[in-house]
Amino acid sequence: MIMNRTSKIAIFALLAMGLLLLAACSKKESEVNTEQQTSQPTQAATPIDPNTVGSVSGTVKYEGAVPKPAKIDMSQDPACKGDNTAETIVVDNGNLANAFVYVKDGLGERTFQTPSEKVVLDQQGCRYHPHVLAFMTGQTVEIRNSDPTTHNIHPTPKENREWNESQAPKAAPLEKTFAREEIMLPVKCNQHPWMKMYMNVVKHPFFAVTDKSGKYELKGLPPGDYTIAVVHEKLGEQTQKVTVSPKESKTQDFKYGAGGAVTGGQ
Amino acid sequence: MPNSTPKTRNSGAFWGPRYNRGHHVFATFVAFTTFLLIIAGALVTSNDAGLAVPDWPTSFGSFAMPRMVGGVLYEHGHRMIAGTTGILTIGLAVWTWVVERRAWMKKLALGALATIVAQAVLGGLTVLHFLPPAISTAHAVVGQTFFCIAVAIALFTGRQFIEQEPRTAVDRRRPRLITLTQLSVAVLYIQLVLGGMFRHKGMSWEPHVINAIAVAVILTWTAVRTISYYSEIEALRRPAIILLYLLIVQLALGFMAFLTKVVWGQNAVQPRPAMVWSTVSHVAVGALLLATAVVLAIQVWRHVAIPTEERARARRASVIATGSATVARSANREVSA
Repeated sequence: MIMNRTSKIAIFALLAMGLLLLAACSKKESEVNTEQQTSQPTQAATPIDPNTVGSVSGTVKYEGAVPKPAKIDMSQDPACKGDNTAETIVVDNGNLANAFVYVKDGLGERTFQTPSEKVVLDQQGCRYHPHVLAFMTGQTVEIRNSDPTTHNIHPTPKENREWNESQAPKAAPLEKTFAREEIMLPVKCNQHPWMKMYMNVVKHPFFAVTDKSGKYELKGLPPGDYTIAVVHEKLGEQTQKVTVSPKESKTQDFKYGAGGAVTGGQ
Repeated sequence: MPNSTPKTRNSGAFWGPRYNRGHHVFATFVAFTTFLLIIAGALVTSNDAGLAVPDWPTSFGSFAMPRMVGGVLYEHGHRMIAGTTGILTIGLAVWTWVVERRAWMKKLALGALATIVAQAVLGGLTVLHFLPPAISTAHAVVGQTFFCIAVAIALFTGRQFIEQEPRTAVDRRRPRLITLTQLSVAVLYIQLVLGGMFRHKGMSWEPHVINAIAVAVILTWTAVRTISYYSEIEALRRPAIILLYLLIVQLALGFMAFLTKVVWGQNAVQPRPAMVWSTVSHVAVGALLLATAVVLAIQVWRHVAIPTEERARARRASVIATGSATVARSANREVSA
């Protein structure tokens, strides 16, 4: 087909406009979030006899020399004030903080009610508080910006939908939910590349995040055989099998070293 | 042997191209701006700021300038330079269309415009889809392709290219020098794709490093062949020497980038200046290397001919293959054996 110059120019212009229109039909963040924000249908919780429940508690320890926390340079943004150090490995008197402990296996097909309480993630001093957060699938996470600068919150999940939203200073909190179980889901801020934290989304309420005391407690466990797992962002995962008898309180400690899990958690 | 001292074309002929200094300077300026844009883009990736502005084509919901701090400085700064380059490219396309007598130059200018539009769309798509490695790499490849086109336009609008009769030489060696230059461009493109996929977390570093060996061998071969046998033709000698120097610098920068990012940067809590500058420099010099290879390929096409009998054989083969009585005009000029 022979085309004259005018036809060629017209076709090129149409193609260019088509490309621009295609690009302009940008996926709005609200559309991405709709799926996340759709509230989970309230699950009928499997009944648990409160007269038989037990618990597992313990301490997550770190042995050996603790790496010195790296100092963070926040000069990229003058609104980020104060000192900041990395929270990769936080140890206090041999106790490891920011370890996520949960029941990995043993609950069978039980279902649990999604709590109506919100968990809070705050951005203050250009760092996330807390550094490790845990909540249930479908539970609302309220994200606040207490800083005088804009942050953007960008989870990079493998199992859940990815999203990326900015939050101006004093903006209304964002409310998000995550539909699928996912452990150590990284969250970062693309405006302040040192800001990182981890979310843990589980289908049941038996989880904890250790603080500087290294302690955790999993309460209300029905009797049974469980696999208790502890996960750390840098040191990896380790598991222990624990049997909980009716009304029994079991102790299970975990130990990490510089190379990761130390064999023999107790 | 090259023929005698370069003669000036009869550029006063009605049908011939005319040197337009303003047009050439503007084309050179567009190429320079594009190089700055490549640096700005590399800064975005190295500072992990690709999603600092989460929407496109707006920035935080509007076209107003946002507060340029943190990752926004890099991401929005990159968009601003890109927008400027886009406007300059429109100007270049219009100016070329008005002043150029060579029809292929008008098409090339339109091609440049189409390329930068495609580049803008790719940039938007990669932001909206959270930086998928394939789209981010395509953005890098198209960006450097546009840079090569801009450099080529600057070359084609230059006084030497328009007004001087090209000095020619015959290439009787195998592989042909034109083949070597084409291989050089091809292996650099492969290196660009592998490097892009590594930078955007779609692939490990090993393929990029292994292909660097092929890059070093082929580019050295091409440059040494050119300098050894065609050193009297300045249009060939100069880009060949630049190619060698840039190759050495690029290999050194690649090593530094590897050390700062892969070896020392494994546990870095934020992008460190040494890593940022070595990786950005590696990207920038890579762009210069690719553009130089393209310039050398163009100049070899212009100045180095294959013997007449071989050209005739190639034409016969082409006629048989296409079944057409008309063969497209050859890119190489014939020289009597």
